[in-house]
Amino acid sequence: MATAELRERGALPNPDVGTYAEVNQDILKVLGRPGRGWWMLFGIAAAGVGLFLTCWFWQIYKGIGVSGLNAPVGWGVYITTFVFWVGIAHSGTLISAILFLFRAPWRQAIYRASEAMTVFAVMTAGLFPLIHVGRVWHAYWLVPYPNDRFLWPNFRSPLVWDVFAITTYFTVSAVFFYLGTIPDLAAARDHARGLRRKFYQIISLGWRGTDREWHHFSKAYIYLAALATPLVLSVHSVVSWDFAMGIVPGWHTTIFAPYFVAGAIFSGVALVITLAVPMRKFFGLEKYLTVKHFEAMAKLCMLTSAIVLYAYMTEYFLAWYSGEPPERGSFWNRVFGHYWWANWIMLTCNGLIPLMLWFRRVRRSISALFVISIFINIGMWFERFVIIVTSLSHEYEPWAWGLYRPSVIEMGILIGSFCWFGFWFLLFTRLLPPVAIAEMKEVVPPPLRGSKEAAS
Amino acid sequence: MIGARRRQGHRGFFALFEHLDTTIDACKALRGAGHRKFRAYAPLPEHNLLEEGLALKHSPVRVFTLAGGMTGAATGFAFTTWTSLDWPLVTGGKPLMSIPAYVVIAFECAILFGALSTVIGLFINAGLPNFRPMVAYHPACSDGSFGVYVTAPAARADAVRDLLSSFEPAELREDPEGFDV
Repeated sequence: MATAELRERGALPNPDVGTYAEVNQDILKVLGRPGRGWWMLFGIAAAGVGLFLTCWFWQIYKGIGVSGLNAPVGWGVYITTFVFWVGIAHSGTLISAILFLFRAPWRQAIYRASEAMTVFAVMTAGLFPLIHVGRVWHAYWLVPYPNDRFLWPNFRSPLVWDVFAITTYFTVSAVFFYLGTIPDLAAARDHARGLRRKFYQIISLGWRGTDREWHHFSKAYIYLAALATPLVLSVHSVVSWDFAMGIVPGWHTTIFAPYFVAGAIFSGVALVITLAVPMRKFFGLEKYLTVKHFEAMAKLCMLTSAIVLYAYMTEYFLAWYSGEPPERGSFWNRVFGHYWWANWIMLTCNGLIPLMLWFRRVRRSISALFVISIFINIGMWFERFVIIVTSLSHEYEPWAWGLYRPSVIEMGILIGSFCWFGFWFLLFTRLLPPVAIAEMKEVVPPPLRGSKEAAS
Repeated sequence: MIGARRRQGHRGFFALFEHLDTTIDACKALRGAGHRKFRAYAPLPEHNLLEEGLALKHSPVRVFTLAGGMTGAATGFAFTTWTSLDWPLVTGGKPLMSIPAYVVIAFECAILFGALSTVIGLFINAGLPNFRPMVAYHPACSDGSFGVYVTAPAARADAVRDLLSSFEPAELREDPEGFDV
């Protein structure tokens, strides 16, 4: 039988999963009563959300002056963290949409968690422009609505593009995510009892798994993936144009769009690894998230790390080659100026440490990947910090140079944003099937007449 | 809750199968016997079942995607152009209608409208959300089994029962009433 042969060659991504029923059993058991560890993490996350809201309310009450933002550095930790979270979101769509179109067989086990990560990361990122504008009650001015004087936003401004890109991205990724879970919610409904059953009954929209439903569902899914693919590339390009359209030295370059997209995928895949390692352990999903999956993600990190490193080198080269004193000064300042440490953290975490991924042994070691992925995320946060803060602090006129120091409130909001993200992710792991049940079944050999005898 | 839609004078048969190929064969046999309005149930989007067993071809969802995407692009262009002309305000020496800048808005609108109308197309075509009572359903169909539900008038009930049992279903349920699903 072909399946047995594939298993022997190690071509199946999940060789230990035998039957469809086994998938349901293993995944749905995660939705049971949470243990003490989950409640502890949830408590920490909830406390962090409290910190986040407290800091934000304090800033709303006192004014934006409680942050360290001032001339010349008007964009600091808030925008850095905004770009960081938008970037994190990208790998979810990459895994769920782009790898779906490329039919990569390892995406099935990992895509639900990474798609949830996308939605929650955009939810986190979306708060930062609101925090950053200070007077949050005026934030709706960004939305084109017919106001008293028929004044419209300036559609030539990248900041307005950003509003469109981020709201579209949030809507589409949330829809894509929810749509994908519907068949699995139906499976959870058939498995659950009592109040939980009622809950799944409603949110599964009465899915029955009929041929008519599957037929249109699988087609709709392809079209959504085809729409999400250019969307994900456009979103981080638009975010990069927030910078590249300005004439600040260090920002005004054409490589920003691809450079940001590669960086986004790099950091996003790293966070998927960071989240998948504990998930796999605590929920006993070793059969589903195998070393093969981690190796594939490590290869993605390896590739995007190389692209990002190449982009750093291009930036340095072009700054020198341009012959422009402000441009050269800006990059000299990055490497040896006041914020040299941020730049070196960035280079070490994003360029040097991922070089270890070139070794197969490292790629196949889950604990090593976990540690490397955390370094990558630290590095990617600093990358945005370097781009934003060091460039603004060292523009054209020497008398207009200045330094920026994040305030306690900004750090509180930064830490709180991770807790806000974790809060939603923890809820997700207990309420929705964390591995796509129906799609997992696509990589499990189908039950055929007499397949039992052939497999043994 | 809305009631289930009855098929007057019909009986319902639900056969539960353990194997994919049996289900495909049963569907083919049903189609061969002239049945058109029967339903197959599967725990996954099994393309062999949909294409071979039920001979399903194109889905009209794609029309919704295309229409939505084009409407979105047109809306994006029209809106940015109209607002620039509605209050002509030259900024940065750029033309009032800055097409390259508006491409970004039009593109995002195309994706947004396209995605939302794909979902609407799916809901219309697949009949979702469907909160009618789950009469012709078996919970094993979201687990590891496949199902076939067919209704027939009393005169043809025996033939259908024989046809389904010839494929040795794990379970064969017969309802005195047939439902539209």
